[in-house]
Amino acid sequence: MSEPLLCVRNLNIDIPVGGGTLHAVRGIDFELQRGEVLSIVGESGSGKSLTSLALMGLLGKRIDRRADRMDFDGIDLTRAGKRQMRALRGDRMSMIFQEPMTSLNPAYTIGDQLAEALLLHRNVSRQQARDRAVELLEKVGITAAASRLGQYPHQLSGGLRQRVMIAMALMCGPELIIADEPTTALDVTIQAQILRLLVDLVREMDMAMILITHDLGVVARVADKVAVMYAGELVETGSAGAIFNAPSHPYTRGLLRCIPLPGRTARGAPLGTIPGIVPSLVGEIGGCVFRTRCDHAVAACHGAIPHRGEADHMFRCVHPHGHREDEETPA
Amino acid sequence: MSDLSDPLLQEITGPTPGQLLRKRVFGHQGLIFGLAVVAILAVVAILAPVIAPHDPYAQSLVARMKPPVFLGGTWENPLGTDHLGRDYLSRLIYGARVSLMIGGIAALISGVIGTAMGVAAGYFGGKVDAVVTFLINVRLAMPVVLVALAVVAILGGSLTVVIAVLGLLLWDRFAVVMRASTLQVRGREYVAAAQAIGASTPRILLSEIMPNIVNNLIVVVTLEMAHAILLEAALSFLGLGVQPPTPSWGLMVSEGKNMMLFEPWLVLIPGAVLFVLVLAINLMGDGLRDVTAPENRS
Amino acid sequence: MNAMSKPDTPVLELRGVSKVYSVKQGLMGARKPLRAVNDVNLTLGRSEVLGLVGESGCGKSTLAKILLGLEAPTSGEVLVDGEAIGSHDRLKLARRIQPIFQDPYSSLNPRKSIAEIISLPLRVHGIGDHASQTKAVREILDVVGLPARVMNTYPSQMSGGQRQRVAIARALIMKPEIVICDEPTSALDVSVQSQILNLLGELRREFGLTYLFISHNLAVVEHLATRVAVMYLGRIVEEAETGALFDASRHPYSRALLDSVLTPEPGLGVPDTHLGAAYPNPINPPPGCAFHPRCASATAFCAARAPRPVASGDGLVECHLYDPETEMFQR
Repeated sequence: MSEPLLCVRNLNIDIPVGGGTLHAVRGIDFELQRGEVLSIVGESGSGKSLTSLALMGLLGKRIDRRADRMDFDGIDLTRAGKRQMRALRGDRMSMIFQEPMTSLNPAYTIGDQLAEALLLHRNVSRQQARDRAVELLEKVGITAAASRLGQYPHQLSGGLRQRVMIAMALMCGPELIIADEPTTALDVTIQAQILRLLVDLVREMDMAMILITHDLGVVARVADKVAVMYAGELVETGSAGAIFNAPSHPYTRGLLRCIPLPGRTARGAPLGTIPGIVPSLVGEIGGCVFRTRCDHAVAACHGAIPHRGEADHMFRCVHPHGHREDEETPA
Repeated sequence: MSDLSDPLLQEITGPTPGQLLRKRVFGHQGLIFGLAVVAILAVVAILAPVIAPHDPYAQSLVARMKPPVFLGGTWENPLGTDHLGRDYLSRLIYGARVSLMIGGIAALISGVIGTAMGVAAGYFGGKVDAVVTFLINVRLAMPVVLVALAVVAILGGSLTVVIAVLGLLLWDRFAVVMRASTLQVRGREYVAAAQAIGASTPRILLSEIMPNIVNNLIVVVTLEMAHAILLEAALSFLGLGVQPPTPSWGLMVSEGKNMMLFEPWLVLIPGAVLFVLVLAINLMGDGLRDVTAPENRS
Repeated sequence: MNAMSKPDTPVLELRGVSKVYSVKQGLMGARKPLRAVNDVNLTLGRSEVLGLVGESGCGKSTLAKILLGLEAPTSGEVLVDGEAIGSHDRLKLARRIQPIFQDPYSSLNPRKSIAEIISLPLRVHGIGDHASQTKAVREILDVVGLPARVMNTYPSQMSGGQRQRVAIARALIMKPEIVICDEPTSALDVSVQSQILNLLGELRREFGLTYLFISHNLAVVEHLATRVAVMYLGRIVEEAETGALFDASRHPYSRALLDSVLTPEPGLGVPDTHLGAAYPNPINPPPGCAFHPRCASATAFCAARAPRPVASGDGLVECHLYDPETEMFQR
């Protein structure tokens, strides 16, 4: 296997808060090849969005980011200065946000905003930038692309705006795209279209994509690799098939039991639940973070938690198979 | 481990909104300073007859223009006397009454008018909103000082006239801010929930909308109080506000201005007190906005 | 009240309900009618759950507002237990129909304690004295699974799931027959969503409640609903029993909608919905069948003539393909 495009080792993010330090992200490891889609899935407060902002160098000044390694195509992002990060952002790595209306500037036309992305990073003429904008708008499935250039964001529907956002992210031909809940604000029909488009583009242009979402359906259909985050830690990583067909961490299993699965969950039957709430991440955190909500918690959960499994499917749990041995294997 | 057995116990641990507010109020130095200064001046104004060393109206031709104690005067008149021999400290103390009364009552009158208009416009929208917006625009097109001057010139200056004129002129900011706040709160689902419960419109306005916009109201009240106090001082300085011999800070500056080159303290003392009061009220307003602003809420 | 009604009287019936807004386009544009809800007929039996699905802007939220008395229908009738209820009769309507809103962060007044929020309906309707109201709040808190000691806390001290339980308690304290759930779980995390869905299911069984369940999450609708109505541009284009609709939907739009659902099954990829064109502007609806510009089966006939509702199975479908009197009828 070739050198990965992105390699992150032991990423930690600390946020100073009144009365201590919030350890928002702890010891995250992952890597990503070109042409691959990695999905980081987790609930609110799991640190998934912070992780993506850390990669882009977009964390606030007060937030402390540490990593043993954070390499993007041989560039050490932990040492990259502001200027270098600015040159990378929007050029070789770009980001798509959840709410296109707030990410697009309402005062400028779509054509101007698309061209801007290219003019910032490339030595091209306005006309060349314009041509590229038309080309990409067509690529993301916008009809009459040339006539759209003069339109303002508020003149477009939500689905179209998200397509424009994607076109803008692609202007410089990035190698890495980070999409943070790109379809959460959209209707299911539009969601399917946008996700299809993203996946096709990743394959066609040999990019890598990090898809951040809470929607397990989106993850299953789009991701090659899945990283499940809980309270700032990766509790389970693996191929989409492994995660959905053989979930091993109690949290992953719990999450999958919480959603109705057509054909598998009886209609109207009670769904699974995960009792309790995410613990406070301020101050010292030891042992397994999920133990307060876990059916399988034992005394050893307060200690060091080993990594189980192999590189293509790993989880962190004191139990070798992710559940107490005295119980029957969960269905 | 015992505290983890009951998930709810860990979930409801945050402080109440009241506790949060108290914590933020006491952590805000500007607000504390502003509150303290305004409170002290209010107490001084209320207790003026008790505190003032002399009758503020008592003239004494032999004791005219005595300098304050720090310029070589005596403790008999700690801040000296004016051109009619009246005790300057006593006039200053009584002047606080005039300033705070004008600020308070004018802000109250315009607050009632502006809040009623703004909340009605924001809540009902449509034609009501169109009418209120028109009235606000008409009011904004009128220069306050000029209108006040004209009215006072016609009706003659007195405390009542000044309060009435300012009260009827300063409601614009109340209307604008309350309209915007109401519009914002009106879209919240708890208002729809109250409507779906069958709650009457007055009830929704008083119990669902008002508590959530009152913080903005308080901020505007402080700003308009400072505004009214400054306008009164300006009108009195021009001789169109409070009439002599009533002690008013603006009037004191005006009376002292002829002797400003020889006895600058005659102008500087009331000017400084006015400055401190307006600064304190503005600090209080800023502080209140800081501690109640939604972006500060966790 | 409940004993008096005949068992076969539908608890909720809508007869030809329409809502037309007058919308100004642009600064100087003339006012045009926008048919948000267009001649909707629905019947809902006791303790049924009607799932209402459709894209944003299809009129489902307007329909909910009409049922709650927040908007008056332009024409048509709403009947509860066979009795026509004018929307001006807000107090009467409020006792029988109550809402649960989407966003538990916006649906509770932040300045009121939990006890005040839940007891508001009792106070508005003048039911009981303070002591009996407090007792009722205590009981309903127990029903929704919250301890009595939350009575003196404020919404800001609660998690999203707890807030939604408070909203449910407020909706149920007057023992309504019908509850309008407008996206009740879409603002919640997956693990909390399942708890709220389970609670809604239990409450329905316990109190014989009837739900109108509006959601864009079709997996949740399939799980909870007994009947499903699909809305498109203000009209109900298909209505059927849940199993029939999900297993054998007939209207091409229902099929496209169901096809775009992303179930958590890895390896299936993102489906192609074949819904080419964007959602039409409701001010200028397409002539004939409103769905024909996006429909794969559409012909010139569809553009010329609007379909009529045809009974099929135990439900309705509004499409020429199923109308024996049209040239498009197959079979």
